Amino acid sequence: MDNTTLKEKIQGLLPGAEFQENKQFITFIIPADQMHDLALKLKNEPDLAFDFLFCLSGVDMVKYMEVVYHLESTLHRHQLVLKVRMYDREHPAADTVCDIWKTADFHEREVFDLLGITFNHHPDMRRIFLDDNWKGHPLRKDYVDEVNIVEL
Amino acid sequence: MKEVINLPVKNIEEEEYHINMGPQHPSTHGVLRLVVSLQGEIVQNLKPHCGYIHRGIEKMCEKDTYPQIVHLTDRMDYLSAHINNHAVCLLVENALEIDVPERVKYIRTIVDELNRIASHELWWCSFGMDLGGLTCFFYGLRDREKILDIFEESFGSRLLHSYYTPGGLMQDIHPNFQKRVKEFIKYFRKKIKDYDDLLTGNIIMQERTKGVGILTVEDAVAYGVTGPSGRGSGFSCDVRKHHPYAMYDKVIFNEILMHEGDTFARYMVRMYEMRESMKIIEQLIDNIPAGDFSAKMKAVIKLPAGEYYQRVEAARGELGVYVISDGNKTPYRMKFRSPNFSNLSALDHISRGGKIADLVAIGGSLDYVIPDIDR
Amino acid sequence: MAFSIYDFTSFTRSIDTFLYDNLSPFWALIVEMTIIGLLVLVFYALVGLFLVYAERKVCAFMQNRIGPNRVGPYGIIQTIADLFKLLMKELVYIKNADKLLFNIAPFIVIIASFMAISAIPFAKGLHAIDFDIGVLYVIAVSSLGVVGILLAGWSSNNKYSLIGAMRSGAQIVSYELSVGLSLLTIIILAGTMQFSAIVEGQADGWFIFKGHIPAFIAFIVFLIASTAETNRGPFDLAEAESELTAGYHTEYSGIKFAFFFLAEYMNMFIVASIAATVFLGGWMPFHVGDWEGFNRIMDFIPPIFWYFGKTAFVIFMMMWFKWTFPRLRIDQLLTLEWKYLLPINLVNILVMAFIVLMGWHF
Repeated sequence: MDNTTLKEKIQGLLPGAEFQENKQFITFIIPADQMHDLALKLKNEPDLAFDFLFCLSGVDMVKYMEVVYHLESTLHRHQLVLKVRMYDREHPAADTVCDIWKTADFHEREVFDLLGITFNHHPDMRRIFLDDNWKGHPLRKDYVDEVNIVEL
Repeated sequence: MKEVINLPVKNIEEEEYHINMGPQHPSTHGVLRLVVSLQGEIVQNLKPHCGYIHRGIEKMCEKDTYPQIVHLTDRMDYLSAHINNHAVCLLVENALEIDVPERVKYIRTIVDELNRIASHELWWCSFGMDLGGLTCFFYGLRDREKILDIFEESFGSRLLHSYYTPGGLMQDIHPNFQKRVKEFIKYFRKKIKDYDDLLTGNIIMQERTKGVGILTVEDAVAYGVTGPSGRGSGFSCDVRKHHPYAMYDKVIFNEILMHEGDTFARYMVRMYEMRESMKIIEQLIDNIPAGDFSAKMKAVIKLPAGEYYQRVEAARGELGVYVISDGNKTPYRMKFRSPNFSNLSALDHISRGGKIADLVAIGGSLDYVIPDIDR
Repeated sequence: MAFSIYDFTSFTRSIDTFLYDNLSPFWALIVEMTIIGLLVLVFYALVGLFLVYAERKVCAFMQNRIGPNRVGPYGIIQTIADLFKLLMKELVYIKNADKLLFNIAPFIVIIASFMAISAIPFAKGLHAIDFDIGVLYVIAVSSLGVVGILLAGWSSNNKYSLIGAMRSGAQIVSYELSVGLSLLTIIILAGTMQFSAIVEGQADGWFIFKGHIPAFIAFIVFLIASTAETNRGPFDLAEAESELTAGYHTEYSGIKFAFFFLAEYMNMFIVASIAATVFLGGWMPFHVGDWEGFNRIMDFIPPIFWYFGKTAFVIFMMMWFKWTFPRLRIDQLLTLEWKYLLPINLVNILVMAFIVLMGWHF
């Protein structure tokens, strides 16, 4: 499916989606509470068939926290990028997609560990790299660590 | 470092017990701790504890310039160091829309494939050793030394080279490079038959790997298992074929796919891939065009504001580099989609129901390198 | 005292008469037993030393390296240096281990192999104990070693050791069957269980040639089963380094570890001696029918060299297996024994009995 058809299809599925310009991939910004349903539809519709989540990243844009999903379809070989924004910096929360794409299990734990974004309904929401009793989330822009980070 | 294991304690039957493999263990390749829950000899489930070698590479990248970041990528999956470097260099070059000289593309492809062969050789020797055939270890390393000698002559170091830089290469290849690579190909074509004689055709090895650790193609896609491990299940994920870069769209080679999904299939995929890599090198090594070894780059590289994603085929799977740039000389956010992280997530699923000895074979066939998991 | 390298009987007889002439029978017996005990100890130590060195060199050459070559010319003093190192190591006391069993376990393993060595004939007349049920005695006594292994695994208070010991126990007990049955095949051919009689009976040809097909099959089965008995080669799951670190002897250090280590090599030696004695003619030179000249030349080499040569050949085969093959999993190991080797053995015995009855052997 080429890019224009894909763009129209996604906009048809979810009118509230905001399109973002990007040279490489079709990018949409999705409201956090509608992500899970859209993800299910994206995976299950036969002419979309996005079954390969090849990257799940968390980003700390100071005004909001963002989770970026890079999706690909192994059948049609088209790609899509979805972004979910959370404006609550203290307790950002998104819905998990690990029941749809199993690879999200570890990736969401990593995002929680390094950025503090919790994922609702995740089966095992705990840190993956750092100690269980580590304070803070290192990848945040306001993270300060006198001991471990050397500022040059 | 005191860590509390919060395992879901539902009903522990009387004969179930937990065994700790690692972080120091002869057969987890690196510092990885696996808490395996066993009933007798059968694995019930498995929880990997990563993070022993977490160095915060992504955080460091936010303070480093793009040429400096190339040096950090070496240290992620150190066995396919060149390919990691290639990812970052390609990302910068595509973002700035720079055309690198043909010579650079040829050399980068040849060196990537040599690196792939070296990485698979190390995989083979440690896989044999895990299964108990200790002689394999020495044969694999002996042949890998030949490649590392070629690298040392041209690039100055054996393991972490940082030879690629955004725009091209750090320096030109040594005059002996082509001759030595051709000699190596001739030598290795004979030796790879020895590998097959020693391990592949051995009935004991086949009994221990056939039917063990089956990963179906749907699971491979769901868990994001790419690279030879994914192709052993039938998941066609070779980035060199689907999103070609460098010279990969101009050379003829096959994507090796097997459909059984067991340890033996993953093993055979890598054995055939070594031969395919040699094929690619042979097509390119005699035709390296003369020219510059680097394009003209500004002293300070600044990517225009926006998001960029670059995918390459590392020795163990698809490496993705995702950069959000705000126009400065350092990225705002750099995320590495590491192949080993996703491959490891499938380990729990495919080792259930097998024995401890199978777990070792499965881990060897998934071929994870821990620094890439932890970054 | 008459000493002939071809026939030790006169030498041992002269010592025997000397002792019985000069001491009361009781004390003469005690002195004889002490001498034999000391000789066996010294032999044990020397052969152990040599075998460890041989293994390292053979392994190195197969792996395209050189092996020990620094300590002494060609590295021959390497094992002695290792022995000093092991003797000087701290004996780590495990807090919750069962102290008595923990300390006894290595000794049981050593005692079992001592007892087995003394029944093997090294040359004509050089035979410590010549039972008329020699083969049965050796099989019985070498199976005492499994007690030592199980005790070691249990008393270490360590999950890994326990798993290793259980695996090893299951393996050894299963493969004893195959060892016994394959030896039984040759006993049918020889008609006796006494070692010296078995060797004498091979004066006109080794049993592996005399018994042709069933004897050859029995030899192959014996090689496989005895490699498994001694926890070596493709059957070394109990000490699988890459899985359970060191299996049942993980917690041992210093001299106790040296005992386990040594006992493994000596068991290999014992098993190779039995193979050489029962299948390959013991100290009998290689004779071919009526070729007088050839037989005379073969006779020129003293029997004791024949014996050590054949044992060395079998040991080399066992080392070759270890460094070539990957290892079998525990269930594959037990399947091999119970589903393949045992039926083959039973059928083989029937075939051999049939051949002996019909007189179709050489």
